[in-house]
Amino acid sequence: MSPDSLTFIFINTILANNFVLAMFLGLCPFLGVSGKLNTAIPMGLATMFVMLVSSLSAYGVNLVLVALDIEFLRLISYIAIIASSVQLVEMTLKKYSPTLFRSLGIYLPLITTNCAILGVALFQTFKEYDFGQSLVYASGAGIGFTLAIALMAGLREKLELSTMPSVTQGAALSLMLGGILSLSFMGFAGLGG
Amino acid sequence: MTQINKNKDAITWETFSEGLWVNNPVFVMLLGMCPVLAVTNSAINALAMGLATMFVLLASTILVSLLSDFIPKQVRIATYIIIIATFVTIIDYVIQAISLDLYNALGAFIQLIVANCMILGRAEAFSSKNKPLKSIVNALGMGIGFTFALLCLGVVREVLGAGAIFGIDLFGENFQPWVVMILPPGGFLVLGGWLLLFDWIKQRQAKDEEQEGRANVA
Repeated sequence: MSPDSLTFIFINTILANNFVLAMFLGLCPFLGVSGKLNTAIPMGLATMFVMLVSSLSAYGVNLVLVALDIEFLRLISYIAIIASSVQLVEMTLKKYSPTLFRSLGIYLPLITTNCAILGVALFQTFKEYDFGQSLVYASGAGIGFTLAIALMAGLREKLELSTMPSVTQGAALSLMLGGILSLSFMGFAGLGG
Repeated sequence: MTQINKNKDAITWETFSEGLWVNNPVFVMLLGMCPVLAVTNSAINALAMGLATMFVLLASTILVSLLSDFIPKQVRIATYIIIIATFVTIIDYVIQAISLDLYNALGAFIQLIVANCMILGRAEAFSSKNKPLKSIVNALGMGIGFTFALLCLGVVREVLGAGAIFGIDLFGENFQPWVVMILPPGGFLVLGGWLLLFDWIKQRQAKDEEQEGRANVA
């Protein structure tokens, strides 16, 4: 399979190059909102939506930037796009699901500084993906993020019920879990290639 | 250090030392985790990343604290992010000009400094509410604390995973590198290990203090 084919990009970004576990992007929500499964999944979905919207807009904006020869403004314009799509998601959620809005709390506006989203926009530009490839890349990254955060939340819910040494409670435990998850995702390396 | 001043704008030792240890951005607040884990596979990368972040933090702090009276409250986050993005673009081109090898090793993570929540968090929580000079002192402490934490990880990962430190071979030819340490899982495990160590020290201290307290009462 050629590395440019859509199937390859899709599987590769979900599993082998999972944004959270292999590329270390979007760790703040991964560690912060993964306490409960029923907040983790909406968080994943919201992130995925923002990723799709911002990736598509970034594709369009990049065309303009290249045409006008002002690529040094790329970073600033991408971050502006992301901030406005987050604002959009925030307003939608607040209107249609106030409970969810409250339970996501501070992490909702922080999607803006989720490096996974900026990462998608930047990497698709570096790799010179066309429109279809960018779309697949962004959805793969979003699904991969949701998968990782849901797995983590499931594990942490189980651990709540077990006895742990008092030192390992809190962030250290989450990081160790992340390490083990990341180890197991390394097993996917080379998949689809 | 012993300056006793009730004035809110006073710059004390705590303003500076907050970021070094008590509220270390990485070990205590767990902010800016992505670069912490992604680029610390060697000590030199960690140092470069730390310094680049410190530059962006300092520069954006100065601008944010100077402009905070003029930025409307509703659009403050967007404004901060754009200020940060400007300085990141500058440092991106600077690193590219100084060392292309380093630029390639750090990859997209220089540009991703924009999304480092530590910087935005400082702008929102500290610089926008304090005088420029005080904010700069605080940002300097935070930046040094961040670089220190990155170095902690980078050194451990490079020694274990490549048997070297700053590219200098430590153990000779017979060393079998623990490759997983420079791969992604190593980042999680080493940081987890550091946190465990710090939590353990804190618990020990708390226990000692409690015993001392009891001894005093008796």
